[in-house]
Amino acid sequence: MNPLLAATATELAAKIAAREVSAVEVAQAHLDRIAEVDEKVHAFLHVDTDGALAQARRVDDGEISGPLAGVPLALKDVIVTKGVPTTAGSRILQGWVPPYDATIVERMRAAGIVVLGKTNMDEFAMGSSTEHSAFGPSRNPWDLTRTPGGSGGGSSAAVASYQAPIGIGTDTGGSIRQPAAVTGTVGAKPTYGGVSRYGLIAFSSSLDQAGPCARTVLDAALLHEVIGGHDPRDSTSIAAAVPPVVAAARQADVSGMRIGVVTQFKGDGYQPGVLARFDESVAILEKLGATVEEVSCPHFDYALPAYYLIAPSEASSNLARYDAMRYGLRVGDDGVASAEEVMAATRDAGFGAEVKRRIILGTYALSAGYYDAYYGQAQKVRTLISRDFASAFERVDVLVSPTTPTTAFTLGERVDDPMAMYLADLCTIPSNLYGGPALSLPCGLSDDGLPVGLQVMAPVQADERMYRVAAAVEAALGSDKLLEKAPPL
Amino acid sequence: MTIATPPYDDVLDRYDPVLGLETHVELGTVTKLFCGCSTVFGAEPNTQVCPVCLGLPGSLPVTNGTAIDYTVRIGLALHCRIAEWCRFARKNYFYPDMPKNYQVSQYDEPLCIDGYLDVDVDGDEFRIEIERVHLEEDTGKSMHVGGSTGRIHGATHSLVDYNRAGIPLVEIVTKPIAGTGHRAAAVAKAYVTELRDLLRGLGVSDVRMEQGSLRCDVNVSLMPKGATAYGTRSETKNVNSLRSVERAVRYEVERQGARLDGGERVVQETRHFHEDSGTTSPGRSKEEAQDYRYFPEPDLVPLAPAPDWVAQLEASLPEPPSVARRRFATEHGFSDLELTQMTNAGVVDLVRETIAAGAAPGKARGWWLGYLVGRANDAGVEAASLAITPAQIARVGALEDDGTLTNKLARQVVEAVLAGEGEPDAVIEAHGWKVAGEDELVAAVDAAIAASPDIAAKVRDGNQGALGPLVGAVMKATGGSADAKRARELLLERLAGG
Repeated sequence: MNPLLAATATELAAKIAAREVSAVEVAQAHLDRIAEVDEKVHAFLHVDTDGALAQARRVDDGEISGPLAGVPLALKDVIVTKGVPTTAGSRILQGWVPPYDATIVERMRAAGIVVLGKTNMDEFAMGSSTEHSAFGPSRNPWDLTRTPGGSGGGSSAAVASYQAPIGIGTDTGGSIRQPAAVTGTVGAKPTYGGVSRYGLIAFSSSLDQAGPCARTVLDAALLHEVIGGHDPRDSTSIAAAVPPVVAAARQADVSGMRIGVVTQFKGDGYQPGVLARFDESVAILEKLGATVEEVSCPHFDYALPAYYLIAPSEASSNLARYDAMRYGLRVGDDGVASAEEVMAATRDAGFGAEVKRRIILGTYALSAGYYDAYYGQAQKVRTLISRDFASAFERVDVLVSPTTPTTAFTLGERVDDPMAMYLADLCTIPSNLYGGPALSLPCGLSDDGLPVGLQVMAPVQADERMYRVAAAVEAALGSDKLLEKAPPL
Repeated sequence: MTIATPPYDDVLDRYDPVLGLETHVELGTVTKLFCGCSTVFGAEPNTQVCPVCLGLPGSLPVTNGTAIDYTVRIGLALHCRIAEWCRFARKNYFYPDMPKNYQVSQYDEPLCIDGYLDVDVDGDEFRIEIERVHLEEDTGKSMHVGGSTGRIHGATHSLVDYNRAGIPLVEIVTKPIAGTGHRAAAVAKAYVTELRDLLRGLGVSDVRMEQGSLRCDVNVSLMPKGATAYGTRSETKNVNSLRSVERAVRYEVERQGARLDGGERVVQETRHFHEDSGTTSPGRSKEEAQDYRYFPEPDLVPLAPAPDWVAQLEASLPEPPSVARRRFATEHGFSDLELTQMTNAGVVDLVRETIAAGAAPGKARGWWLGYLVGRANDAGVEAASLAITPAQIARVGALEDDGTLTNKLARQVVEAVLAGEGEPDAVIEAHGWKVAGEDELVAAVDAAIAASPDIAAKVRDGNQGALGPLVGAVMKATGGSADAKRARELLLERLAGG
């Protein structure tokens, strides 16, 4: 394999800055890699060869510099890109070419990052396997019969298969962290409001958050710093500086930190190999000088049901705009059908089964007479979960848990069993409901030889803490080298 | 003025009306509620749009602070309590002119709550209680092409203009208005008039009903006299002039009265108002109440107007229109009756502006109340919609005062301006209209005396009543352009001297 592919983003940026290699060469190496392996992985929905090379040339021409200038990136197709097709994994947006760039795309361009293309995902980010993509599933580079997780399986699979050193995912209930865990990569969900949502196609507005995917904790932090920070175009964006995540990732020191182990996340349904790697990680943290204690967060048990009321409720409204009137798919417009009939036919043909399931669920939960019992009640649970976090963080600096109960499952295994699919996000959902940051990093292989993720959860706006802990674990376990154990494609 | 038809009063002898008025006001902000697009009226369709107001995937709203400012001002002027904390909500329903298929509005947490507006109807004050004032985004505008009515029924296709989508819209909702009796229609009109004047005084909207920047939904129900339980109401949508508000109430009272008399039920429904016939007809039937699935808008942060800021706004409010009118009357020496007449006719502002343009108060009032209101009624429009400006009226008045125009000629000039012939001076020039000069007049006077020596003799003998035919002759000789008063003076002068 071309050594440019195995290099981290940090290393690539340094080589490009030192003119040891050109950004165009780096971009081309990755484009070649995509051409070579993506037929097997199916990480990308659209490769923007011309756009990538043009941006790389701007870096080579000295127009842009910075810690990630010239580094290629895989962008989840839920992020809007001007002039580049954006589908959110849905047939209903097939053929739509956005007339504007998401804020994070503008920021990445300004930082010299080279967007290689748009990656596969579950339709509108609803799913945990990419099997709900309208364009076919992505595959896990560790085992092509398995899913790379979801919804951001495309970005994680691209990073894990060396098609890109870094990627962008979005995380509503775990869609960055769960794919990171099952592909042996790093994925971070920043504090809600820490990264602009302007140009992120909404699934659930109060939960969605874009964040970095990478092969090392430091690379993730560098990307986090590029995309983070206040955006006046997003009312929910926090008007504060990005927490010092890069410095924390470099610090990689947990001595004196207080670590809480969430007692709710173990037991039935957890793979023994997953729990074993998790326990080892906790032991290592203790060895590195952290104090560890068990912390009970009793309302986490209700996170999943609350999430499956709040997220679909918001989705049922957010997805109402796909009606064939202004853009995207239009079905049944025979000159006779009414607007309502065209809307219905388009939505019927354009949305997949999982999206329809959630629209129906959310519509029901918001209807008159049911609102208080479902949406209203779920919001109360959300408050209780936030309180669990708040009281936990009075005692400890971060919480840790396995990222997912199991390693990567096989394609088809859960696609017809929504409840089994939803359980993949059991440990990741609480942070979304609370709004705090959370990160997953590899912490070894389970008994089945597949990667296991360690989740680090931090308080709102204390994103640096999770990077500090993750970097220390990464250094101690050598987990940035774990991908070398993956079978070659 | 419309004369009450017997059925209206007849119905209200037997039933008590209850009104409810929902008024939508497009705010006069430079940009839309949640994006930076222009709000200017009349642009080419779909030229004042962006990803946000088109609801493109990924776009997000950011609230226009001026719209909040204006809404709070309106709330304060209506004596409302301003919420310390409130949220926008999404109102979900599918319609092609709604870019997101939800409207960002306010539901159970309006910005302004519980106020009132006092209105004067023929010298009696009615207090209209305000339930809420909230802020929301306007929708786009559908145009149905190919049918005869412009409505969706019978159309071959529809076009949507999203320029209006996202323009800030304030909704002002009254509590049920009971106890108006026969004056229901007048109270409704007086309320909307007073509200319009108040909004104009605040400078928050251009309040042009004909352009839709002020629109009114009129709810009417009837209950048997003396009953306390309100009857079933109808909601007549988008009533677009003050006169129509009055007519819509009248029509609904008559229609519902006839139904109730006949033992039929009034159906709860929305209705359309027809300007031409003054009638209403059923809109889309609402078999069951639409479920809008309101929930707090997660893309926006809650509004929390700072009490200091609200107090500052309150201190800076202009005087209310009723106070302004009273001051205006005192300043220009109008009597209470004259003020009431001008208020009822909706010409107070026009008279004010005509005076400001240089006309004497009595002359300004005379032109509007004595002449132009009648012309407006003939045309079925508001006086303010006539194609003549206060400045033009003031100019005609000035020309009258300096003797350039007789009263008769002045009316001819006004008619010509109304007909679109241009400025008063240009009209006079074009028609060659002018008052007969002194020399011409003297010649005509002498000729008239010479032609009727017997009448002249009578006048000389002291019978001034005989002068009429001589004045007539002078007027005839000058083609009507003579000042009759001056002709009379000259005749008496010559006869006395001769």
